[in-house]
Amino acid sequence: MPFILADKVAPYAWFPEGASSFAPQVDYLFTGILWICILFFVPIVIAMVYFMWAYRERPGYRGSPEALHNTPLEITWTVIPTAIVVWIFWEGAVGYLDMARIPKGTVDVNVTAKKWVWSFKYENGGENSFEKIGTVDYPKLVLPVDQDIKLIMRSEDVLHSFFIPAFRAKRDVVPGRYNYMWFHTTKTGIYDLFCTEYCGDNHSNMNAKVEVVSEEEYKKALEKAVQEPEDPLERGKLLYKRLGCSTCHYAGDEGANGPGPSYNGSWGKSVPLESGESVQFDENYVRESILNPPAKKRKGYGAASPMNSYAGRIKDEQIDALITFMKSLENAPAKTGK
Amino acid sequence: MTAIQETAHESEHAQDHHHDHPAWLAHHFDDAEQQFDAGKLGMWLFLVTEVLFFSGMFCAYSLYRNRDPQVFEFCSRFLNEKLGAINTGVLLFSSLTMAWAVRAAQLKQHKLLVGMLGATLGCAAMFLGVKAVEYSHKWELGLFPGKFYVSQIPGAAHGEHGYLGSLCIVPLILTIIAGVYYIYSLATMSKFHQQVAGPILVAGACFFGGVQLGRILEAEETTHHAAEHAAHEHSPGASHDHSQDHSAGELLPEKEGGEVIALGHKSIEDVKVMSEELKTPDASVNQKSMAGLFFSIYYCMTGVHAVHIIGGMLVITWLIVKAAREEFHDQYFGPVDNVGLYWHLVDFIWIYLFPLLYLIT
Amino acid sequence: MSVADRPIVSPASGEGAAYPEHHFLNHTSGFLSWALTLDHKRIGLMYLVGVMSSFALGGMFALMIRLHLWNFKDGWLSNQTYNQVFTLHGAIMVFLFIIPSIPAALGNFLLPIMLGTKDVAFPRLNLGSFYLWVTGLVLFLTALSITGLDTGWTFYTPYSIETQKGGAVLAATFGVFVLGFSSIFTGLNFIVTINTMRPPGMTWFRMPLFLWATYATSIIQVLATPVLGITVLLLSAERLLGIGIFDPKLNGDPVTFQHFFWFYSHPAVYIMILPAMGIISELMSVHCHKGIFGYRMIAYSSVAIALFGFLVWGHHMFTSGMADVTTIVFSALTFTVSIPSAIKVFNWLGTMYQGTVSLNTPMLYALAFIFLFTIGGLTGLPLGALALDMHMHDTYFVVAHFHYVMMGGTLVAFLGGLFHWWPKMTGKMFNDNVGMISAAIVFVGFNLTFLPQFVLGTRGMPRRYATYLEEFQDLHRLSTIGSLTLGIGLLVALLVLLHSLFYGRRAPTNPWGGATLEWVCSSPPPHDNFATAPTVGDPYDFNGIEYDAKQGGYVKKA
Repeated sequence: MPFILADKVAPYAWFPEGASSFAPQVDYLFTGILWICILFFVPIVIAMVYFMWAYRERPGYRGSPEALHNTPLEITWTVIPTAIVVWIFWEGAVGYLDMARIPKGTVDVNVTAKKWVWSFKYENGGENSFEKIGTVDYPKLVLPVDQDIKLIMRSEDVLHSFFIPAFRAKRDVVPGRYNYMWFHTTKTGIYDLFCTEYCGDNHSNMNAKVEVVSEEEYKKALEKAVQEPEDPLERGKLLYKRLGCSTCHYAGDEGANGPGPSYNGSWGKSVPLESGESVQFDENYVRESILNPPAKKRKGYGAASPMNSYAGRIKDEQIDALITFMKSLENAPAKTGK
Repeated sequence: MTAIQETAHESEHAQDHHHDHPAWLAHHFDDAEQQFDAGKLGMWLFLVTEVLFFSGMFCAYSLYRNRDPQVFEFCSRFLNEKLGAINTGVLLFSSLTMAWAVRAAQLKQHKLLVGMLGATLGCAAMFLGVKAVEYSHKWELGLFPGKFYVSQIPGAAHGEHGYLGSLCIVPLILTIIAGVYYIYSLATMSKFHQQVAGPILVAGACFFGGVQLGRILEAEETTHHAAEHAAHEHSPGASHDHSQDHSAGELLPEKEGGEVIALGHKSIEDVKVMSEELKTPDASVNQKSMAGLFFSIYYCMTGVHAVHIIGGMLVITWLIVKAAREEFHDQYFGPVDNVGLYWHLVDFIWIYLFPLLYLIT
Repeated sequence: MSVADRPIVSPASGEGAAYPEHHFLNHTSGFLSWALTLDHKRIGLMYLVGVMSSFALGGMFALMIRLHLWNFKDGWLSNQTYNQVFTLHGAIMVFLFIIPSIPAALGNFLLPIMLGTKDVAFPRLNLGSFYLWVTGLVLFLTALSITGLDTGWTFYTPYSIETQKGGAVLAATFGVFVLGFSSIFTGLNFIVTINTMRPPGMTWFRMPLFLWATYATSIIQVLATPVLGITVLLLSAERLLGIGIFDPKLNGDPVTFQHFFWFYSHPAVYIMILPAMGIISELMSVHCHKGIFGYRMIAYSSVAIALFGFLVWGHHMFTSGMADVTTIVFSALTFTVSIPSAIKVFNWLGTMYQGTVSLNTPMLYALAFIFLFTIGGLTGLPLGALALDMHMHDTYFVVAHFHYVMMGGTLVAFLGGLFHWWPKMTGKMFNDNVGMISAAIVFVGFNLTFLPQFVLGTRGMPRRYATYLEEFQDLHRLSTIGSLTLGIGLLVALLVLLHSLFYGRRAPTNPWGGATLEWVCSSPPPHDNFATAPTVGDPYDFNGIEYDAKQGGYVKKA
């Protein structure tokens, strides 16, 4: 079946192309274990099929009930696998210690995970930008090549897990504590970043892209990353993605269609609430909904996944920018189709 | 009929033993000893699962105590060790009566057996009565678990909520039913019914005895604290009348983060005195995420234990019915023995809970 | 022998002489005679119907998942529905199907008979266990129908605390609590039965290996399940009272929940696989007509797996940020489990050596088990190796691995055992040829479903994704095709069994030539199994057991 191997991104059969210093180690260990498995599996299956045939029940044949015990053989097939798993354990543990021991002089990035967006803060305080690939806007983490990178990770709500297959690196992001991970980038390019710990409705959309670039390009990217735009509308658009609004609320022609209500065509209208009343979709309603989301739930969203409060995490000017953004969608059409 | 079946018939157990099975021996057991051994092993295994069930909570306890020892020391002060000690004594005594009951069952002393089981039941009820006072007192102080933890509900310092009353409703109904049942048994002159109804009625009375005892001691504790506070009086600004504190139940000043510091019956100065003794800042401890967590663990552990006590009371009642029918004898006393084992375990767990929760200082 | 359909032999005709007039199925009749029965065989059959219905339900959810993943985005389910579907698939399969499948259904039916007793030690407790199981089922169905449960079967905090589906979480956790006690009481019953009720002559090392496996399983059930009980109880309290022990917002620790949860749920994996290994030991021996190779090693390795199984729960949490030393110790302990498992596979092959292999439906399932379980076991090695687990944790590699162990292992063994003991349970022979076809379809479908998932996993496809990157689509489609094939195979197996109930030939006492005690009882067994305690010999001594064409089964020649 040729299309198993026809991976459009990674031309290799088992792994995506490695881009960190962990990759050769991991791939080597995997290949080693794979061969060990084959060395066990193939003889087992051959023996099974051969015995099935050679000792099949047939007229005139009667097997011998003698072979019930063979101490040397039993010891052999206990000792050899034991020796092999000791080796596997050893290699795995050594590799793990490499991953767990964070070297000095790293480039540090603060990673915040929340439903369902990754955000990254660089050493100079700048935050990540977004990049549109196809129809999806991915948060983009820019990293310098040939550097030790350290990630300081925290979660604002539930468990998440940070996984970059090309780097062979993964670590859970646990609320209530910081978790750390590091890797050494070896190759420029754009790589996938996944959340691998189930975190709710849009878990599968909680992806990002990691772009590994040269030192100069990294510096340029850092400079660009510092500022939120002055223009309130542009700022609102950026915040809509950066704060994770886009992961639940459809706006313009982007963002997830749910679990939250779309911004399109809402501004200035009277919207029905879960409680049966209705409310004017204005500045005060938006502000209250950001700071205290459960206060006035839109009709039909009572059972939807709850939104976390942004109180203490958002500045007033940022709310203003978001309001500007919502105003601009006053006459935008609702999402059609699925 | 196959050859193998024939050999089966030739075996030494070939005689038909269906007819020598007495009523108390289940049909699938060969003899009384096998039945007794099976029951005993089953009960021991069940006790192992019970220990493991509690061990989960003991693990949580040690994890969080290890992490925040000052919280446990601070909060343990709100547990009345006198009441805890009395309950320990009550349970220990009930273990004695339970063991005695087993002996009585073996010796066919049916009346003594009913009496001992009744005593055990009464002790269990008394334990719950004291526990009801402890719980309701804490609820009145706002010492709820986790996110419901409030340092004080304004105006609620004097138990206006009637938590104790609501806790007593079910026992009251049960006691009344037991009373009616007892009168009925007297009227019908049925010895069996009297033997069943009597212990249950006594147990009901014991519950309210426990409640009364708890209330007296809890009140004493409060006065004691006030006195202690008077002795420790050294705060220069605090010259107002304490009795006013107790009666007014006024709104206490809010601390940072919206957390309120107050302890109901105890005046705010009391808290300061206590925290000075402990050398810990109370504001950092007196929070949902700190003290609240302690009370979560407290309620979970003692609550699950209390459920086990109630379960024990149900099976003891069942035993009383069987004992009143004079079913037990030297060949058949497994149920009493096994319930006894269970009861000792429940007692044993309390012996761990008491120092771990009440005596941290 | 050919077991193709033949007209039912009339009991009066003298042929099939062993068919009993009275047996446990017609001992009494009426609904209550089943609902209130204390007969372990009837309870076993009720469990069988229950777990198979649960399996059908869980299987429907599995197919829904696979069909949804046909396209890389815009599947036919919404993200939210998808999450509920995979949660219910996992929870139903784990708690309602796999854990009770072999011990509660087959174990209940077989344990007392294989042991030569009339019943389990506590028949009333046994019936109680069954009704606890039913209660658990009802609670799960409530969680399913009223509101969708969307936490994943692991109920990880704080997601399970925060999710809007509060009622569902409560119903499901309470269901798990109740099911846990059902499992504890079954295990307790079995331990006591084996310890105190073995007939004279049945020493520990004369017990059939299925009983050894069940005994080891019961130990785990009794020792691990209470911890799950308290964990889900605390989680319910977390939802109801906000106690905060697992909630980081109240200074609780979500990783503690994971420790508590896996302390049970890892040993639970052995609750699932150990009895399957016991079945395979029986099947290999009986259908090779040869004693089991290395009896003691198999018996000891069951106990070893049960004990080691308690020490390895941390390998579910290698990426959660435990201390390095803890992580490495858990990895080392994890590998200790692989050795006894490997020993068993070699011993089964040794059993075939120089045997007389009958190829029939149960044997084909047993061979499929060895093939699939070997893959499942070997793919555990890269997951146990820490550096590799960092890459593979929570990817499809893990999904494929545990499906190879639990489905390729436990389910296939369950089916093998079901076909093997079906004549004993129902007194009817099934159509062996169609049965073998079902085994072949299941085998092919299974591999087609899960082999591609290994590749998906190493390439980085995370678990529990409702939509995914386009590059993974081909492999996902292959897997979906496989799952449909698998579904057809299972349906064929079901039809073969149902067909036999109505049109099957009457089963002889000993259709396969087994030497354990259940083959001494008539098919189906009488109400109290043995009127008198049977004499016990070597359970794997096949000398003198010969095929008798007149009866269509085996008899012991003097």
